[in-house]
Amino acid sequence: MKYVIIGNSAAGIGCVEGIRQTDKDSEIIIISDEPYHTYSRPLISYLLCGKTNEQAMKYRGDSFYTENNVTLLAPERAASIDVSGKTVLLESGKTIPYDKLLIGTGSSPLIPPMNGLDTVTNKFTFMSLDDAKALERVLEADRRVLIIGAGLIGLKCAEGIMDRVKSIEAVDLAPRVLSSILDDTGAGIIQRHLEKKGLIFHLNQRVDMFDKNRAILKDGAHIQFDILILAVGVRPSVGLVKDAGGEIGRAIKINAQMETSLSDVYAAGDCTESLDVSSRENKVMALLPNAYMQGECAGVNMAGGSKAFDNAIPLNAIGFLGSHVLTAGTYAGEVHTEYSGKIYKKFFCADNRLSGFILIDCVEKAGIYTNLVRTRTPLDTLDTELLFRRPGLIAFMGVERKAMLGGVR
Amino acid sequence: MAAFDFYPDYEVVRNLDRCIVCRVCERQCANGVHSCLEEKNVMLADDSQCVDCQRCVLLCPTRALKIVKSDNTYKQNDNWGKKAINELIIQASTGSVLLSSMGNPETYPIYFDKLVINASQVTNPSIDPLREPMETRVYLGAKPAAVERDDRGRIKNNLPPQLKLSMPMMFSAMSYGSISYNAHESLARAAAELGIYYNTGEGGLHEDFYRYGANTIVQVASGRFGVHKDYLNAGSAIEIKMGQGAKPGIGGHLPGRKIVADVSRTRMTPEGADAISPAPHHDIYSIEDLSQLVYSLKEATEYKKPVIVKIAAVHNVAAIASGIARSGADIISIDGFRGGTGAAPTRIRDNVGIPIELALASVDSRLRNEGIRDRVSVVVSGGIRSSADVVKAIALGADCVYLGTAALLALGCHLCRACQAGKCNWGIATQELELVKRLNPDIGYKRLINLMRAWKHEIEEMMGGMGINSIESLKGNRLMLRGVGLNEKELEVLGVKHAGQ
Amino acid sequence: MKRVYVNEKWCLGCHLCEYYCAFTQTDKTDMAYALRGRKIFPMISVEDSGAVHFAVNCRHCAEPLCVKGCITGALSIQDGVVRLDQERCIGCFTCILSCPYGAISPAEDGHAVQKCELCLSTNEGVPQCVKNCPNAAIVFEDRG
Repeated sequence: MKYVIIGNSAAGIGCVEGIRQTDKDSEIIIISDEPYHTYSRPLISYLLCGKTNEQAMKYRGDSFYTENNVTLLAPERAASIDVSGKTVLLESGKTIPYDKLLIGTGSSPLIPPMNGLDTVTNKFTFMSLDDAKALERVLEADRRVLIIGAGLIGLKCAEGIMDRVKSIEAVDLAPRVLSSILDDTGAGIIQRHLEKKGLIFHLNQRVDMFDKNRAILKDGAHIQFDILILAVGVRPSVGLVKDAGGEIGRAIKINAQMETSLSDVYAAGDCTESLDVSSRENKVMALLPNAYMQGECAGVNMAGGSKAFDNAIPLNAIGFLGSHVLTAGTYAGEVHTEYSGKIYKKFFCADNRLSGFILIDCVEKAGIYTNLVRTRTPLDTLDTELLFRRPGLIAFMGVERKAMLGGVR
Repeated sequence: MAAFDFYPDYEVVRNLDRCIVCRVCERQCANGVHSCLEEKNVMLADDSQCVDCQRCVLLCPTRALKIVKSDNTYKQNDNWGKKAINELIIQASTGSVLLSSMGNPETYPIYFDKLVINASQVTNPSIDPLREPMETRVYLGAKPAAVERDDRGRIKNNLPPQLKLSMPMMFSAMSYGSISYNAHESLARAAAELGIYYNTGEGGLHEDFYRYGANTIVQVASGRFGVHKDYLNAGSAIEIKMGQGAKPGIGGHLPGRKIVADVSRTRMTPEGADAISPAPHHDIYSIEDLSQLVYSLKEATEYKKPVIVKIAAVHNVAAIASGIARSGADIISIDGFRGGTGAAPTRIRDNVGIPIELALASVDSRLRNEGIRDRVSVVVSGGIRSSADVVKAIALGADCVYLGTAALLALGCHLCRACQAGKCNWGIATQELELVKRLNPDIGYKRLINLMRAWKHEIEEMMGGMGINSIESLKGNRLMLRGVGLNEKELEVLGVKHAGQ
Repeated sequence: MKRVYVNEKWCLGCHLCEYYCAFTQTDKTDMAYALRGRKIFPMISVEDSGAVHFAVNCRHCAEPLCVKGCITGALSIQDGVVRLDQERCIGCFTCILSCPYGAISPAEDGHAVQKCELCLSTNEGVPQCVKNCPNAAIVFEDRG
């Protein structure tokens, strides 16, 4: 058996570990276009602020590839896949045969067309280690930074460089920060928190035009900057599968076994769309935990095992300068809110299930809520009043708790 | 009147250098002694509620706590002591009979402590119990007066039913209700593993414990709580309780708050209603009446089980025992005035009854003199604190001892003597679920087994020292005892010589 | 593999396990010296409600969501034990959001998480919560 994995991040690593659960020997080849040992992408902002370093941000230990009998081909870029011939053609011209193939190509930064963008010299995206390294080279204490996009990537980038530049302003089309994961109240809390730390937001705004070091906003305001960071969003990298005739929706379509519509081709991670059980909709859930679990699931199946990953949900745990935002699931249904000034909790319940939640600065035992979302636990079997006040297994029925704590899951 | 009746007898001493405000003391005190002043992060104590059960002291992980006897004193008075004054004050303020629990704690002589045990020297060599067999097994029950043969000359089996014990110790009667389910389970499991018996007490037998029947003695008392045919047949022997050493002459009173659902079902009495055991059995006014009950119980159990009659040690105990021996009972159980209780009027507990050592000696002598000692086995209780006491009791004439207080101590009791309040912090004398769970029978039964095994080893060592290799040879062997500091009369009653004689 | 199990029936809610856990994390030999005047950050936590009490710590799941979800690789399974490399943890709390038992918590300084590792560092062979439970409510057993 010959396994080939395109992509060296969470999905790819998950796939290796999935394969190795059953197949300890067969060769695994990872093709990566980055010249690095596998590293954790979300840590690039921590790299800039000095909370980690290139060694510590390795996603797996130095001996990972040798221990797992993995050949890493990097930097190499896959140009196409030949499904009938079962080969991957690399841009370097090499052809790599496979028996089972995983596409873990992730996503790439979305750069919307903007007037005058080509006049800006110091412009960066913020997704990869190379992005971070490029940005690192221009960080100076007197530099003014403009970030397009006040979402997860933009704000994490802001946090990472905050102490290393003179000022940071962020522009977003949405009326609030972190618009994909927070409601108005929650976003307001985070926005005020970041404003106190010195960030300046221009929400409900867009840049009409760039003119070298100047951005002109929709309302006519001008922002002077030295460094431009484009964090508008990401686009799933689906090209290989698309060109081979695989089914594509918002991203590569996969089933619960992580199979694409192409035989012996699996896909996992940010390049895929799959079922979000909290909303019962197919979504691109570009999140590291999902990428790993999808990759692992694919790996098990590729090695002849049988595994389904059928309870994926959106899940975000993210900290901003001491404030912690935890979210999961879908924001639909009846709402229970608690906002004490210090902490913010919002629960969404529908059909006797917890469909999602937002927690700000109350992280304790939050996984108990996540589990309810993920497992679709009927709420009438729980003391929800107690549970929403304070997460705990005490809210479960004794027998259920015994099953949870008494045995191995 | 004053703001307080009196200064608390015991004080909680907290070493603030060691207190980490973990609040274990607060969580573990059912009396509400400890509390936390959260804004100052310090623990407070209300000494007046402390019963000195030692729970907080022993659970405090930093050993920051101790309970000390208050040194607040009344003006010196050898007649009106502090206890007498305080008890009087309580009664003046409440108008109530004083209630206490566990055994008589007063300063009466302890004869066990004035008896010393013999050992072999030079002649009649001592025996090493680790090398030589040592028989600690005993059989309780009436023994036939003579060998009988049938018309063809074959020996007839005329042996009445017996209880077989691996060692001369049993757990005495403590009812389910006065003690907890977990305490009963601990006793039952330990008795089963040790090959001895425990006693249900007068509260019936919980359905869960029928499986320990081979190691159970079921009790029938004046209230007849929980008594029915299956119950009588569930155990290996039946004990008729005529009296109890802690409160001779009076009945029992289990407060309604201890009659929770399970206890109510087991006792066959209404939930929440006080369970009153009458002072006498209303159908027993003579030895003949007692005999009727003995035989009624034997009939009900097809003469397969020995019947025990338990009495408190009182002034004319020897004559009473003689009557019981003639009533058809197989075993007499005598409970001395140090015997424990879950609740008794203080005045009764502290003033009624006699020491078990004297009662035992006089009963054994009387039955021997009357030639009926073999008709019954004698089991004594009420003040057995160690294996040495067991050896002394057997040498004075007992076949076996009952252990109540000693067993409870093994289970965690620290003799705070507040059982009557039903808030036992050790989970023993309580029915509050939150407290009952503090006694995990998995731990409790092992501790009972440890204790019994340790005592058995010690008994073997003492026997070996005397050159005796079986309990039977020690029984009634008063030559193995000598009195120390006893007067002529005491020596006479005990039937022992003075040391040096 | 041996794991820590809590028998709710016997848990008294005394919270001693939490204090022994916190004490074990210090390098002190005296609990009073180690913990006096300090807020504790135990890796086992007792939940109480009326007469119901039970302690919860890491279950060392066979399929741990925390390990799979860890964005840095700080969490891993080693010989069946879910281990944490605190040096690599950046305190994103994804694991806290993932653990169905609520068994992972922020460490004292808030910049990383902490979790039960079965007192492997004490070399006593038995976790301190188990050793010091006064009612044998916490046990260390192999239940498969």
